[in-house]
Amino acid sequence: MPTKGKTGLELRDVRIALDGRELVAVNLTIAPGEVVTLMGPSGSGKSSLLGHICGTLPAQFDISGQVLLDGVALDGLAPQDRHVGILFQDDLLFPHLSVGGNLAFALPSGVKGKANRREQVEQALISAGMDGFYNRDPATLSGGQRARVALMRVLLSEPCVLLLDEPFSKLDSELRGQIRSFVFDLARKNGLPTLMVTHDPEDGVAAGGRLIELS
Amino acid sequence: MRSKMRAFVSALTLATGIATASISGPAFADPAPDVGNWQSVLEQARGQTVYWHAWGGEPRINDYIAWAGEQVFERYGVKVVQVKLTDTADAVTKVLTEKTAGVDDGGAVDMIWINGENFAAMKRNELLFGPWAEDTPNFDYVDVAGKPTVVNDFTVPTNGLEAPWGMAQVSFYYDTAKHDDMPKSAQELLEWLVKNPGRFTYPQPPNYMGSTFLKQILTELVKDPKVLQQPADEANAKEVLAPLWGYLEDLQPLLWRGGQAYPQNGASMRTLLADNEVDIAFSFSSGEVSSAIEAYELPDTVRSYVFDTGTLGNTNFVAIPYNASAKAGAVVLADFLMSPEAQLRKQDPQYWGADTVLAMDKLPSDMRDAFANLDLGIASLSPAERGTVLPEPHPSWMELVELEWQKKYGVVQ
Amino acid sequence: MLRFIPILTIVMMIGPVSAGLIGTLLPAFGILPALGGTSPSLDPWAALFAQPGLDQSIVLSLVNGLAATLISVVIVLLFCAAWQGTPVFRLMQRLLSPILSVPHATAAFGLAFLIAPSGWIARVIAQFAGWDRPVDIAIIQDPLGLAMVAGLVTKEIPFLFLMTLAALPQAETERTAQITATLGYGKITGWFKASLPRIYPQIRLPILAVLAYSTSVVDVAIILGPTTPAPLAVRILGWLSDPDLAYRFMASSAAVLQLLIVIAAMGIWMLGEKVLGITGRHWAEDGHRFKRDGGLRRTSAVLAVIAAGAVILGLVILLVWSIAGFWAFPDLLPRHFSFRLWVREFDMIGASLWTTLLIGVPAVLTAVALVLGCLENEVRIGHGPGRRAIWLIYVPLLVPQISFMFGLQVFFTLIGMERTLFAVVLAHLVFVLPYVFLSLSDPFRALDPRYGQTALCLGASPTRVFWQVRLPLLTRTVLTAMAVGMAVTVGQYLPTLLIGAGRFATVTTEAVALASGGDRRMIGIYGLLQMVLPFAGFACALLIPAILFRHRRGMSAQSKG
Repeated sequence: MPTKGKTGLELRDVRIALDGRELVAVNLTIAPGEVVTLMGPSGSGKSSLLGHICGTLPAQFDISGQVLLDGVALDGLAPQDRHVGILFQDDLLFPHLSVGGNLAFALPSGVKGKANRREQVEQALISAGMDGFYNRDPATLSGGQRARVALMRVLLSEPCVLLLDEPFSKLDSELRGQIRSFVFDLARKNGLPTLMVTHDPEDGVAAGGRLIELS
Repeated sequence: MRSKMRAFVSALTLATGIATASISGPAFADPAPDVGNWQSVLEQARGQTVYWHAWGGEPRINDYIAWAGEQVFERYGVKVVQVKLTDTADAVTKVLTEKTAGVDDGGAVDMIWINGENFAAMKRNELLFGPWAEDTPNFDYVDVAGKPTVVNDFTVPTNGLEAPWGMAQVSFYYDTAKHDDMPKSAQELLEWLVKNPGRFTYPQPPNYMGSTFLKQILTELVKDPKVLQQPADEANAKEVLAPLWGYLEDLQPLLWRGGQAYPQNGASMRTLLADNEVDIAFSFSSGEVSSAIEAYELPDTVRSYVFDTGTLGNTNFVAIPYNASAKAGAVVLADFLMSPEAQLRKQDPQYWGADTVLAMDKLPSDMRDAFANLDLGIASLSPAERGTVLPEPHPSWMELVELEWQKKYGVVQ
Repeated sequence: MLRFIPILTIVMMIGPVSAGLIGTLLPAFGILPALGGTSPSLDPWAALFAQPGLDQSIVLSLVNGLAATLISVVIVLLFCAAWQGTPVFRLMQRLLSPILSVPHATAAFGLAFLIAPSGWIARVIAQFAGWDRPVDIAIIQDPLGLAMVAGLVTKEIPFLFLMTLAALPQAETERTAQITATLGYGKITGWFKASLPRIYPQIRLPILAVLAYSTSVVDVAIILGPTTPAPLAVRILGWLSDPDLAYRFMASSAAVLQLLIVIAAMGIWMLGEKVLGITGRHWAEDGHRFKRDGGLRRTSAVLAVIAAGAVILGLVILLVWSIAGFWAFPDLLPRHFSFRLWVREFDMIGASLWTTLLIGVPAVLTAVALVLGCLENEVRIGHGPGRRAIWLIYVPLLVPQISFMFGLQVFFTLIGMERTLFAVVLAHLVFVLPYVFLSLSDPFRALDPRYGQTALCLGASPTRVFWQVRLPLLTRTVLTAMAVGMAVTVGQYLPTLLIGAGRFATVTTEAVALASGGDRRMIGIYGLLQMVLPFAGFACALLIPAILFRHRRGMSAQSKG
């Protein structure tokens, strides 16, 4: 994915409050290909911040500040028009679709032709080391496979930014390392500005980027 | 595949048909038919659909009604749909609702199977169309002289507002395999119950059959039966009804369940007899008992009998609401129901087993023979076996009795 | 467009009920011009309070309604507490659908054929005791109305069980149970102390609906209830069908009184909730663990099995009756069998099933569409102000049918819509929609919102998210809600007859009409026929997702959650 003309994700004095209590306040720019880690205890509003960037935060939150992606303000845009990709600690693969179906769901409708779409999905599976898994039931995959499919699904939707909401916390320690490098490598390769929230310091170290502590 | 498609298309047509027919239904007012000019009635009736609201609890009767509908459709182009009710009052309610809502034309009810208190109420509240009944061709065969109840419904003059289509008379029945020599009067019934406590009951008034039992007792015990033919009078009511209450005082504790529970209606009383919970039951038609045997509801050793002192009798009618949508069609149907052919089939226990309203001496000889040759069924009583027919009291007496009964026995302390 | 659906739905529920209530209130205070009532008066009330045994009727309605509800709730909760996650529990889950498909009246007849002095149990005893006639005691229609309570309990248990099942996963009861067990609590006590407080708010509305129904029930009361005097609702029906039309005034004030009784019953129930809530909190914290609850656990299982068994055995006896020749007391089986009546009814069956579908399918589809619209709107606007008003959808469940049915009929006649398929469907919708909402809302709201968020972030439009993510994930829930809706529409007798003006002969109008003839064979045939459509619905709700998602193991976990 080309990075030319992209300035990354900019959070301009973003403040989120609920019932008069300020949860989070950040001022931050993330360049394409950069991974920034937000650390903080639970309840510090990390996930709310991600929800705000996605545009899925419920209306009762009070919000000020601006979110800019490549210089364009996201505020007011519908979630589906923001090109923001997100990964949660659960993979949230749709249980009613096959592995291929999950990936095809994410593939933009601009990609035409049945064979062509199938080909793109198969390519994504190959790059995740899961050749031939198109028709598999997601419920039959291992934890690592599921995490990889979840990431490939986000990438296929051609996001301009990647948000990670404690994405590795449910993986066992052996897998965690593998998946971490898989995610970060792909994020960098695709030139995605990446914002990760976590309370695992190791995640921040593995990301290798800036580390911001929330109080 | 094709047949599936066809089924779907016909289903769709039917669905839209029902929707549009019902929407357009009330829009056309049906002018009152000129019953004196029969040809014009027939012309007006052709193509009409008559929604006949009738009790639907007996499959044989439903079948008979369906047959009558087919006949009328073939002969006069009148379509008949039976709306099966659990209670005649539902149809009365319907008409009342329409009057409340100002629907004085194009009503939903075209004909009601009715008699007694329901008729009196509809007549009093001017909810009926007519007079028409006595101007129909087949009314000429009706036995007005021999069966005065065909023009006096529970003493209320019908005034041509309803047409008679069946006779009913109370008869008792019991299982001959278990008993003989059953009580043949109110007094004998009481004595028999002293010896067989708990082996008799009656449906709970104001159920029709339950009230009928009270009327039967009242008519038997009252000093001067003529007074019951007049509307009840507060002044003498207490005295007139005293023998009934005296009798019930003795009877009630001897009833099934000690009078704490009652069957709901005639049908559930029949079930009690079948289950050997009681030994005597009663019905308004001995033909019904034959039918029940045929339907395995009763053992084939059950037989009917009447009280020596006579039993109550009345007539079933059909009436047309004032706002009916198909008055001419309903008149044509009612006329057919009074025809010798329809009456013959009605009396045949194979189909129904209810008595005719017609006078045998007015009929053509072949029809007369056909009636005479009917096999009435094993538990049915022939006209000769039926004994005296007692007239129904005026409905106002029944209202008094039902009210007082509810006070005395409707609430078990 | 979507944002107007909640308000449209509420209007469609509140409108007919209000119109119906007005049509009842006016005659209750003397106004019914068609019968000459043109000026307001309190005479109907005076007449009503002069009715002998009115106080007893009121007490019967109130006490028996509360008792039936309380017993059903206690059995369901005890059973869930004692057996969740065991094979016994799964067995009950499997029996649920067939029992839910049984209409109330059919179940009541089945129970009567079972426990009456001439019933099947008595026939078994008679074989040893040598009875040749039934014992003359009032087991059914008993003055206290115990048989009626039993009849209500057997039918309300499965409904409340279904509603509780939907609430269990959200409250994470299985995990909670593990925790309370490791803390040394007995299974039942742990469940009542830790899980019930989270489950109860979710099953509260269904419980109130059951309470309203039990307090104003007509059909079960006619079959099993006392008659000297009868519960109020039964007497109202009698007054409404009295040949003397002047009784309509008094019947209307009685219908208003019936509504007040239901409100009183709910008040009492809520008061009980409050008291139990306070004492329960102390109890939860007092540390008593009641480890030896084996006896209570077994009792709860026995009660649940008896309740389910009574319905199922009752159905078997109905089936036997439907093919019985003459069947004398104390024979265990009829002397001979005959399919004659089935054969005779066969032609009618097709037509009446078809009419039932003609009304039921549009009513259920509309209900599901509106309910999904309301819920989807909730998801999209978040917790908006409409959320609080949505309980108005349940009004038709809480107002007794007999209190507004006749007014509703006048209303439809006034606007010239009575007799149309449209009006009948609309009337059915009033009763179907609240039940569909009840079955669908919890699972819909419990669906992990991150599925939707993920899909949106993947670039899918909200519409696509609804059709391709939320709806498929809820396939089984939606189908179950449809089956519940189908069971409700099939059961409607009065609305079909009154609003349809007899133009629509459904399985139920036929069944009720024929049941008035008292032949137990016909009661058996039509009782079973009434089950066919709801049962098919519940079967589809199980089979369709199983086939559709046979290669998706995650879906079976999903539909439970």
